[in-house]
Amino acid sequence: MSERTSGSAFGSTGVGFGRVLVFVYGIFALSATGRSTVQLATKAPEAPVPYALSAFAAVVYVVATWALATGRRALALAAVGIELVGVLVVGVVSVIWSEHFEDATVWSDFGSGYGYVPLVLPVVGLWWVLRGSR
Amino acid sequence: MTTLQIGLSVLCLLAAVQLGVLIARDVRPGRITYAGLALLEAGLVAQLVVGLAMVFDDHRGVSVASYVGYLLAAMVIVPLAAGWAWAERTRSGTAVLLVGVLVVPFLFVRLHDIWAAHV
Repeated sequence: MSERTSGSAFGSTGVGFGRVLVFVYGIFALSATGRSTVQLATKAPEAPVPYALSAFAAVVYVVATWALATGRRALALAAVGIELVGVLVVGVVSVIWSEHFEDATVWSDFGSGYGYVPLVLPVVGLWWVLRGSR
Repeated sequence: MTTLQIGLSVLCLLAAVQLGVLIARDVRPGRITYAGLALLEAGLVAQLVVGLAMVFDDHRGVSVASYVGYLLAAMVIVPLAAGWAWAERTRSGTAVLLVGVLVVPFLFVRLHDIWAAHV
């Protein structure tokens, strides 16, 4: 692909298809940050577990967005990997121990509240970061 | 959903179809696309004004922070997409615009759900 002929590693995960990916990650970074801020500021005691997880997810999305946009492959790989583990673990736990999930997080029920995009996104992200590193 | 939201959702859908065709044919967006997006953005600004008027009137049971947050998100998403797409004059840039217009109707659904708590 033409965008990878520059020879510069910097920014190489944030161009071409990566630009679309960074935009989608940015949307999730903003929405998870906004959601967890509202949840923690207005009703933190009601559902501490999901709200703490929302805040954690927000941090992961912010880091992933920044790392992908600036071409920091190792950091992007770590953040997207944590994201994949997060959505799978939280997905399973929220289905089994639903009584501890009084309110939804981004990753509850494998991200069903967001059209399962949170489940698909880390897979696409891993593919993109690993593919470009070869 | 409100009439404005339904109308803007139809506009988003039309824009999405056109952007999809542009991506498939590997053609950059032109005047028609940007005119459509400008019209959409004008509608989203109008929605912000209407929504703010609603929320500062009678809003019992409605989470004001969430509602205003989604109103603002709906207003900034298209300009953000256009700005982010600007530096990528390939079909990927067009795909960024496509993602932007597809997100708007989902924000409308959230706005509708939040307002449904109104008593």
